[in-house]
Amino acid sequence: MNLDIVLLLAQDGLTNGAIYALLALALVMVFAVTRVIFVPQGEFVAFGALTLASFQGNKLPGTLWLLLLAGSICFLMDWRYQQGLGKGMARRLRWSLMWQVLFPLGLALLVFFLQSSPLGLAKLPLWVQIILALLVVVPLGPMIYRLAFQPMAQAPILVLLIVSVAVHLVLVGIALVFFGAEGSRTPPFSEGGFALGSVPVQAQTLWVLGTSLLFMIALGLFFERSLFGKALRATAVNQTGARLMGIAPVFAGRLVFLLAALMGTYSGMLIGPITTIYYDTGFLIGLKGFVGAIIAGLASYPLAVGGALLVGLLEAYSSFWASSFKEVIVFALIIPVLLWRSLRHQDLDDEA
Amino acid sequence: MTRHKHMAQRADQSRQGFRYGWMALCLLWVAGPLYLPAYYLTIANHIGMVALVALGLVLMTGVAGLTSFGQAAFVGLGAYVSAVLSTAYGHSPWLGLLAVVLVTISVAFALGAITLRLSGHYLPLGTIAWGLSLYFLFGNLEILGGHTGLSSIPPIEVFGYGLKSAGSIYYLIWVVLFLAIVLSDNLLRSREGRAIRALKGGVIVAESMGVNTARSKMIVFLLAALYAGISGWIYAHYQRFVNPSPFSLHIGIEYLFMAVLGGATQVWGALLGAGLVTLLKEWLQDLLPRLLGSSGNFETIIFGLFLVLLLQHAPNGLWPHVERLFRRSSLKSQKIDSIQPSINTNHIDLSAPALPKRLRQSGAGSDYLLEARGLEKRFGGLIANQDISLGLRRSEILALIGPNGAGKSTLFDLLTGVQKLDAGTIYFSGEAIHGRRARDIARLGLSRSFQHVRLLPEMSVLENIALGAHLRGRHGPLRAALHLEREEERALMNEARNQATRVGLSDVMHVPAGSLALGQQRTLEIARALAGDPLAILLDEPAAGLRFGEKQKLADLLRALRADGLAILLVEHDMTFVMNLADRVVVMEHGVVIAQGEPARIQQDPRVIEAYLGVDLS
Repeated sequence: MNLDIVLLLAQDGLTNGAIYALLALALVMVFAVTRVIFVPQGEFVAFGALTLASFQGNKLPGTLWLLLLAGSICFLMDWRYQQGLGKGMARRLRWSLMWQVLFPLGLALLVFFLQSSPLGLAKLPLWVQIILALLVVVPLGPMIYRLAFQPMAQAPILVLLIVSVAVHLVLVGIALVFFGAEGSRTPPFSEGGFALGSVPVQAQTLWVLGTSLLFMIALGLFFERSLFGKALRATAVNQTGARLMGIAPVFAGRLVFLLAALMGTYSGMLIGPITTIYYDTGFLIGLKGFVGAIIAGLASYPLAVGGALLVGLLEAYSSFWASSFKEVIVFALIIPVLLWRSLRHQDLDDEA
Repeated sequence: MTRHKHMAQRADQSRQGFRYGWMALCLLWVAGPLYLPAYYLTIANHIGMVALVALGLVLMTGVAGLTSFGQAAFVGLGAYVSAVLSTAYGHSPWLGLLAVVLVTISVAFALGAITLRLSGHYLPLGTIAWGLSLYFLFGNLEILGGHTGLSSIPPIEVFGYGLKSAGSIYYLIWVVLFLAIVLSDNLLRSREGRAIRALKGGVIVAESMGVNTARSKMIVFLLAALYAGISGWIYAHYQRFVNPSPFSLHIGIEYLFMAVLGGATQVWGALLGAGLVTLLKEWLQDLLPRLLGSSGNFETIIFGLFLVLLLQHAPNGLWPHVERLFRRSSLKSQKIDSIQPSINTNHIDLSAPALPKRLRQSGAGSDYLLEARGLEKRFGGLIANQDISLGLRRSEILALIGPNGAGKSTLFDLLTGVQKLDAGTIYFSGEAIHGRRARDIARLGLSRSFQHVRLLPEMSVLENIALGAHLRGRHGPLRAALHLEREEERALMNEARNQATRVGLSDVMHVPAGSLALGQQRTLEIARALAGDPLAILLDEPAAGLRFGEKQKLADLLRALRADGLAILLVEHDMTFVMNLADRVVVMEHGVVIAQGEPARIQQDPRVIEAYLGVDLS
């Protein structure tokens, strides 16, 4: 193993690590605000990459139908719920209709039109396809919150975790139906690369590192500076208190699920050119983000990024030395981390 | 009385009906292989094997509140250990079983030691991680045959007869399952079982009652792993072939689904859940592709949706509903079916010799039984307790009063070891107890109640009290599972009944604690504290929520306890109650003691008046 290989593996590790870091951040954020351990995060990775791959093949992605269906059910639930509340709720219901029924419908028509136009979806510039794919997949995040978690927002963490795993099962099953068992690769954001010394660097690597860094900075600014971000942080610290200050927990929940879905979907498009994505690949990728988040105790954002990078590097080097035990090594990393946390943990405490 | 007699008669009749029902079921079961077609026999075997795993999860998740997604990995461990021993080394499957028991227990012990002490969600997340790791390990180890697996595994032999057919292994599977159900049920109806069930109410209560919660968690975790391992052992020698796919994380999730679906608080729920899931899966795998055309994992979608809906609408699973149907048909027009404790204590034989009591030094000593000096507790920048010193004598009622937020409950937590103190010393009957664990302090004879009532709402009143007597029994889980500790159990229950009578709860001994009024629940907490045969009890607002008459009864009870030599430290806001009852009063404000002395003097103290009325009267 010479220096070139060390550097090459480090590049690999950091690239994957940056993607895991995005996922880890989303997990920590969702957990802090809603106490949901968002296992289906990985499915957004797969949905993102595979939706984009569908556009590449000038096909209508199955996620579009999912969006239409989930949106309509959400609207029906909102409608039924608001009927009991009397008047004054019409504005909210209009909003619900607008974003959960009309928007998906309009989007579906647009995609359908583009597909049947002589140009076709595949010939559109890549950035247009990416935006379209984001528009299709990301709204599923808040819809999942509405359908699965909002009706039981007060349940204990453990129950929410089981629900989360159940949602993961549903989405993986749906992904198989929509995208089939074959894997896909998506094109890199830009072709080419350059040599750093004797080590070749792909342009996509720079895209990954650059945009995930941008994402992190944007998130930091959002939480530190914007009113929405502050509201979310307040909800994370104390739900009841935030509610008394006029921050609706439902709003907070939908917003973080939107952000998490955005980060997951975008991660899928980042990683799509690097590895082949199958309908169930997202789960493993998401879990690696998890290991990073757990290293951070599901609490610290910078630690989560560090943990995720560590996971990426460990994965890269172990795939060189013991490639068939790569996954074993990565997931076994959680054991010493838990041991360390366990030894530090002294006080008696109960939690819901 | 006649109504009671009538009810008893009805209950007898229904029990008899039940017995006939059972006998019929047993016959049907024994004759199973004679009339079941091969296809259904295979399904029955499969149900039995997965129900064993689900049973372990019911104990873990439903009863103890611990969740594992990784049970399938333990099944795989059991299957592979015995498969390798019997194929590569030619050992008998029975030796394999011994190895399975040893290996699953050691692996589970190692994993449990790491994850069980962590609270809440780390355990399930940890189980996902090791579930995946073990799965990938199975698929990549050469000795295990990689992804192709191991084949030509010998069948289990009983007296030289190989259990090769579905009809012969049927008996092995179901006997093992029923044994496991009976042993688990026995365990739950014992002192150790109560400790395990208490885990669901959080570790604070359990530890304060003297339960070693880490040990109780480990017991249930090992048991669940063992059941899974044995299920895997049977699976390997029944299928005669193993590969990694039935031990994946998704199957682990399916096992959890069975436990949750069946009703995770009852051992029979495991069988119900396993049966429903297995049949549903068979049916869906058959039906859905025909309905929807192409092949796919449609059944996982349906399962997932079903699980979400179930948790949203029936978080306790289906077994309670099934049970209610049974009750309703057998005991029509009676209301008692509406609320039942998780385990019925009605039929428990309470005639038993009294439990031994701890040795007490005679006479009300002049020196302190409990003495605290210079206690300090900080939460970040907030000083909750600062330089607190107080002493409690035998046969004395000491009242601790002060406005809300004065730090009284924190002081209780420091004295009982629930929270660690930052500075100071505490001595209890001559021993230093500062820095010691809550359960060790409870063992010395310092019991307590909680300001926010912490009971196990699904357990009967009697069992809640018996939890307080945990440290007065000594038999372990093995004897409990075999019900070899019935003498001790009767003595514990007898003690619980005596305490219930002492505090005036004898009418409601068998109802779930959660169905009592708040005042009664507070009284129940006192009974639970008394069941530990304490030298001193700390009561946090015992009179809150009581009516006037009840308060008087409580005062009489406390006076009687004092006359028996008990030392009582009490936090209370009702001044009339306190001043008429207490021998001495300690007043706290903003985390410090501002006055101490006899009630009459305290009432005149200007600083106390200022603290309460907010005006300077001097």
